[in-house]
Amino acid sequence: MQRSRVFLDAGGSAPLSSRVVDALQAGFADGWADPARLVTESRKARGLIDGSREAIAEVMGVGADQVHFTPSIHFAFERVISGIAQMRRAQPRIVLSAIERDALMHAAIHTRPHGVELVGVDAAGHLDIDTFGAAVAADGVALAAVQHANQEIGTVQRLDPVARACADAGVPLLVDASSSIGHRDAPKYWDALVAHPADWGGPAGIAVLALSPQTRWLPTWPEGDDWAPGGVNVPLALASAVALQEREQERLATAGHLGALVEKIRATVRRLEGVEVLGDPYERLPHVVTFSCLYVDGESLLSELDREGFAVGSGSACASGSLEPSRVLASIGALTHGNVRVALHPAVTGEDVDRFLAALPEVLNRVRSRLGAPGMQ
Amino acid sequence: MTDAVTDAGTDPPTGDDITPFQVDARGKPCPIPIIMLAKAARTLAPGAELTVLATDPAARYDVPAWARMTGNNFVGESETDGGAIALTVRLRMA
Repeated sequence: MQRSRVFLDAGGSAPLSSRVVDALQAGFADGWADPARLVTESRKARGLIDGSREAIAEVMGVGADQVHFTPSIHFAFERVISGIAQMRRAQPRIVLSAIERDALMHAAIHTRPHGVELVGVDAAGHLDIDTFGAAVAADGVALAAVQHANQEIGTVQRLDPVARACADAGVPLLVDASSSIGHRDAPKYWDALVAHPADWGGPAGIAVLALSPQTRWLPTWPEGDDWAPGGVNVPLALASAVALQEREQERLATAGHLGALVEKIRATVRRLEGVEVLGDPYERLPHVVTFSCLYVDGESLLSELDREGFAVGSGSACASGSLEPSRVLASIGALTHGNVRVALHPAVTGEDVDRFLAALPEVLNRVRSRLGAPGMQ
Repeated sequence: MTDAVTDAGTDPPTGDDITPFQVDARGKPCPIPIIMLAKAARTLAPGAELTVLATDPAARYDVPAWARMTGNNFVGESETDGGAIALTVRLRMA
């Protein structure tokens, strides 16, 4: 009998629940009209967008008028970084943690080609807050960006001192919450915040940008809708809100269920030869666990696991097709090859995890022997 | 290019007689340099120093990580002529 697939690669791409699929269908059925027009059908579509903004704003603890839909987290980073930097165009520098997403870092470099400063992290992935504080307190900083949680290793940053340092220095803070909203309480202090519906079980192709009422920016782009030029996709917005509400209603139970599974994975893989579990063991996302394995390349390990029916992710250079190793893994001093990221979603069962843990040692040995790795002592 | 330790193997050093041993992993993609390093390390005596020559950009991170994960010591890195990096480890004593 064919065994069912086990999907353990939900980071930034979680499966949609049936309620979310229903919401997508409802969005197409009821929200097909152009929300920008004045007719009744368009008002209905607009109402769906407004309701979705309100629902997401409530989870974030902000006003609905602060929440904007935007086509992707990449687009959100690009526009909000360039807009804030344009407002503060006399300030030549942008300060980032060394483990921000590539998309965010590339947006910063595009905006200030010679002014991006990376602040290092420790072996668990926590920002060096003293160095960060000094960096933002220096003259000439247009903005700073620090993630809430890391998408590769799951470590959650201590954002309160980050926000305090930025506030003291009068530097706007962008928080990338694209891996945490839906899994943790939303961060409280920021000037701009980016969230990612596909990470909380919403559809791909949409992102959320929240701005504090004090945030000032100037467009560096053509006149039109600043955050969603060409308009918001109504079904995607509606399904994003429904997915977030569904996650929030179950969040504590889900975190308990997935947290126990993550603990089991951590405890089991730690005992394997030449395997190291990464990230902060306590201050982390409840559903993510990453480990690296000596003497294998990520691509072979992933393909072999995939053939056995298990989908996992990798931060490894060898898997991403780039020669440069993962900046996140290099920054924390971890092995940059043989990396496996497990990101659970609420429907993952204890049996799924047990099957994965039962299959992993043999797959690892098979890939190691194929590569001619030495026997493990 | 040979898949070997260039001047180790025939006469492993004792703890007192440490000479620089080299693994030539230039041109090899990750994780091959680390596999070559681990194989070479098994032929050497405790306390020996071993240098990996690599061009793969991941080696700079992976050799220190290998040392930490296997209880050996990372000594340091230097650039070589021709764009390779030389990464040296000292094998644990027991």
